Amino acid sequence: MNLLPGVARGRKALVPYLTGGITADWTDYLHAFEAAGADAIEIGLPFSDPMLDGVTIQQASDHALARGATVASILADLAATRVGVPLVVMTYANLVVRAGPAAFCARLAEAGVSGLLVSDMPVDEVAEVEQAAADAGLALILLVAPVTTDERLAEIARRARGYLYAISVMGTTGERATLAGSAATLAARAKAVTDLPVLVGFGISGPAQAAEAGQVADGVVVGAALMRRILDGATPGELGVDLAAMRAALD
Amino acid sequence: MSLMPHPVAGRFGDFGGRYVPESLIPACAAVADAFTEAWADKTFRDELDNLLAVYAGRPTPLTPALNLGAQLGIALWLKREDLAHTGSHKINNVLGQALLARRMGRTRLIAETGAGQHGVATATAAALLGLSATVYMGTRDIERQRLNVHRMEMLGATVVPVTSGSRTLKDATNEAMRAWVADTDRAHFLLGSVGGPHPYPWMVREFQRVIGAEARRQASFTPDVVVACVGGGSNAAGTFAGFVDTPARLVGVEAAGGAAMSSGAPGVVHGARSMVLQDAEGQVAEAESIAAGLDYPGIGPEHAHLGAIGRAEYRTATDDEVVAAVGRLARTEGIICAFESAHAVAWVLRAAGTPDLPTGSAVVLTLSGRGDKDMR
Ligand SMILES: Cc1ncc(COP(=O)(O)O)c(C=O)c1O
Repeated sequence: MNLLPGVARGRKALVPYLTGGITADWTDYLHAFEAAGADAIEIGLPFSDPMLDGVTIQQASDHALARGATVASILADLAATRVGVPLVVMTYANLVVRAGPAAFCARLAEAGVSGLLVSDMPVDEVAEVEQAAADAGLALILLVAPVTTDERLAEIARRARGYLYAISVMGTTGERATLAGSAATLAARAKAVTDLPVLVGFGISGPAQAAEAGQVADGVVVGAALMRRILDGATPGELGVDLAAMRAALD
Repeated sequence: MSLMPHPVAGRFGDFGGRYVPESLIPACAAVADAFTEAWADKTFRDELDNLLAVYAGRPTPLTPALNLGAQLGIALWLKREDLAHTGSHKINNVLGQALLARRMGRTRLIAETGAGQHGVATATAAALLGLSATVYMGTRDIERQRLNVHRMEMLGATVVPVTSGSRTLKDATNEAMRAWVADTDRAHFLLGSVGGPHPYPWMVREFQRVIGAEARRQASFTPDVVVACVGGGSNAAGTFAGFVDTPARLVGVEAAGGAAMSSGAPGVVHGARSMVLQDAEGQVAEAESIAAGLDYPGIGPEHAHLGAIGRAEYRTATDDEVVAAVGRLARTEGIICAFESAHAVAWVLRAAGTPDLPTGSAVVLTLSGRGDKDMR
């Protein structure tokens, strides 16, 4: 399962995040992201208690849930949308456990999703979901953090599929003025132990940070900065412009 | 082997575990290692026991509730956690964890609180041990438990209002965990109940075991029923631990509006797999109870396990029953208990003389806290 084939050719991957159901026409953002040069797109399935998210993605999740977005409606919207890049679902353990890992993964695959990332399911707890994802043909993406020990890093890299997601900083998701120094250190440590693409995420807020992260990592995930713009009313076209600037900075 | 053993990998049967983001794994592991070591270290145990005695006022009495017992036709004994320093059982766990935090070289305590009792206990231990304390509290709870906000501030803690979600304990817990991720080097997350990622459910039960151990020693009889209220379930877990290997029935009483055992389904919230009030897709429901400390959609994983294997039973009490129970206990025994604790009393009032609690039963009831905070 190679979610990011461009990386092998030396292209830096740009993976924007979008909270599913954030607006009525939310899938229009997917097309805008694709057109702006996204290599894959992470779709957040909103959860009532997103403990790894800072205020922006909390608001985005609350907003989507208040609009009446559900797992079912988001997956139905995705199934009805043609997007030319891989889609990865990012969510929390309870939504997976509630449905049952096998049923949950099967539903994602049916909706055309290629990967899954469960924020609060560390490698130690992931076995059942790992099997279910493999059975459904989904890449299970795992997180590494600045505090992850070498031993765990090796184990996580061995078990992850699709790409390895390096959390740039100790904290929640959210816009940050500068890229933490821990990002480069972690990306380099991760690159040393895996052939999977290593993406840096959390706090990538603009082209300069994307370019900086791209120096050491294979690409970036951009979430809160985009969600802030959507919460403030930015259209798909406007977000496409933002994202194209990051694309240009990475290239 | 005890039914409440040292859990392997933080598992209680199908429940428990450590469902936290990778960023928190080393911090959880450090707490688990430090607690394992400290709990086996006589110096640590002696220091804690000494503090519990000379500072927290332990042992707390086991009071015969002769008047109410006679009215109900049962022998009723109250384990008086309301008489512990700061006014509830929360101090038992807090002193243990605060000593552990200091031993780990942490300088800051982060806590969540619902009723404010855990926050007050945390602020108290921080003052005593020279640590700083940041307490997250939902704005709805700040409004209804204002006395405890004043107490925390008087003790030098910072109370951070939480406005997300239901603005109660669930949301305060999310916010405390977010704060911890950003400060794991300096801060200890001082969780107030038997939920959360391993080692918290086990560690907090061990720190609360003193309730059950004392009651067992103090009781001149073998109880037929041991009952306690359950929010996350720490006073109940500590009480049950003293009686799990006796024939006593163990009864936990949840708020009718926060009844994870009766109305929930298996799920993952705040780091553990347990029973959770939630909708069909797994969105966590907002609990609704007059008692801020029980206004919580989850329950500690060991309770989910004890319920699943049938060793403990879980009941509920409504807000109206709870208000009536506070008044009845006050007028018959001269004890004003917290709304939380009154859930256990309410179940006894309802069940006494029925097959659920036959006439003549001997009952030990943990009165987890005093009611000053609820006077409005
Ligand atoms: C007096 C009192 N009892 C009980 C509880 C509920 O906690 P637990 O179920 O962990 O004992 C609280 C929590 O705030 C409390 O203040």
